[in-house]
Amino acid sequence: MVGFFVVAVVVIVVLVIGFTKQPPTVDYSNAQSGQPVDVTLQTVGAYGSAPHPTWVSYLIKDPSTGQWVHTSYFQVPAHTRVNMTIIQYDSGSPLRNQQIGMVTGTAGKVALLNGKPFHVYNSNAGNGVGHTFSIPTLGINVPLVGNNANANLCSAAPCTEKSPHNVLKFSFTSPGSGSYPWQCFVPCGLGFLYGNGGPMQTNGYMAGFMKVVA
Amino acid sequence: MSVAAEGGAVSEGSGAPQGTDEPPRKEASHGWRLFAIWLVLSAIVDPLYYIFAGPHIPPGRMSSTAGGAVFDFNILIVLAIPVMIGVWVYMAYAIIQWRASKGGPEPEGGPLAANNFKIQTSWITITTVLVLFLAGFGTYELVQPEGAGGGQGPNPIWTPTSNTVLPIQVIGQQWKFTYRYPTFGGFETTQLVVPQGVSIAFHVTSLDVIHDFWAYQLGVKADANPNQDNVAFTTPYQLGSFVVRCDELCGIWHGAMYNNGAVVTKDQFEVWAQTTEKALAANTKLLPPFAYTYTPDANGADGGYYPDNVDPYSKVETYGATQPGSG
Repeated sequence: MVGFFVVAVVVIVVLVIGFTKQPPTVDYSNAQSGQPVDVTLQTVGAYGSAPHPTWVSYLIKDPSTGQWVHTSYFQVPAHTRVNMTIIQYDSGSPLRNQQIGMVTGTAGKVALLNGKPFHVYNSNAGNGVGHTFSIPTLGINVPLVGNNANANLCSAAPCTEKSPHNVLKFSFTSPGSGSYPWQCFVPCGLGFLYGNGGPMQTNGYMAGFMKVVA
Repeated sequence: MSVAAEGGAVSEGSGAPQGTDEPPRKEASHGWRLFAIWLVLSAIVDPLYYIFAGPHIPPGRMSSTAGGAVFDFNILIVLAIPVMIGVWVYMAYAIIQWRASKGGPEPEGGPLAANNFKIQTSWITITTVLVLFLAGFGTYELVQPEGAGGGQGPNPIWTPTSNTVLPIQVIGQQWKFTYRYPTFGGFETTQLVVPQGVSIAFHVTSLDVIHDFWAYQLGVKADANPNQDNVAFTTPYQLGSFVVRCDELCGIWHGAMYNNGAVVTKDQFEVWAQTTEKALAANTKLLPPFAYTYTPDANGADGGYYPDNVDPYSKVETYGATQPGSG
């Protein structure tokens, strides 16, 4: 009886810890008041380390150390211009729904792909689209154009710019305080039903939160 | 029932305990008394509910289907109130009238408690009439044009009488809804805008798992199943915004799968639709031809969505093929 009780308590504790555990938050909110915030992310085709080395993932650059952090949580100040830079190291494919091939919700409704502005990307051409950066509640969507799958792509995070990559830049103004879920809308969880399992449903990989603080 | 029967028995016969010499004591007619109390209370509460609470029953009267839902709710509640009052009145009456007195004998049943023909007949008749009426009423309300606001499948039996029905396709995907307007070049957008006073045919489908399109204030709620064209009709009456939510647990971001729609005037809708069609033209020509259902690529990341008669494993170049049902 005592043994059963101990096991039950251990199971409950493990479950509570597991369910409440969150990826770390990279803090960009220490910028000077009124100044734009520069947020840098990268996407990799395979994280390369335990517990899920084959899963695609986002990483976020810590502004204080310059180190890449395996997380999808970042924090920005409210009502501030956020300049996003996403270095996309993964390959691409035609989109399941080309509707997410459009840039929406950003300043000027455009994004820069390796320095060139674009509003719509034809995912049926070229290397397709690998991922998106989307904050649905803010109407933000940016397709992250893929790299040539036959190139020697980076296979373990963090990737460096020596590997083939595309650089996406765009800006938006952060809203009021709150937590805003963001995600990739490309079903990129290979090996999962319709590609929407695994990393697509796991915070810290292809989904996370933008925390906005006053 | 045993106590009711007992009451009924007492009211019709001699109330004196058997085996005594006392003359029969005249008992009140409990049945008629209960009926009178029930009738008066029902006659008071039902109109009060209908007049004061009825107009505020959700989801409101923003559309024909929402108004229909409110009407249905009110009818059901107006019917339910007398039943509820009947139960409560009977319980209260029984507690007051037939409770055991201190030191007295326990109340007993008797042959009439189990075989009261009047009560049994009344009970069966009333409940049968009530249930049959509700079945008939519910069926009619479900199938009448724009009645339920729920998906009626790809070939609805009852359709709106209006000659002009605006088709809008609702596409569910993890984890958002997008909307295609086939009569405006088939553009696809995350905005749901509908014109006031025009019959709408929502064609609800999904690109992956099962979702559920729930336009709350419009009173429309239809499952979004992959490879299924689930049609739901409505006619918006009131201008304003409404909330669209997914009502089928569909993954980690199910809770974030919502957006706001808007009912605007016909003129405003025309302007919006034409402006949006123009603004999205570059992307619209990259979409697959409009079809009522699509087959998502089964390989996960590799591939787009296809009109439903195309091999899901084929290449995207098949987008250019003419598909049945294309707009």
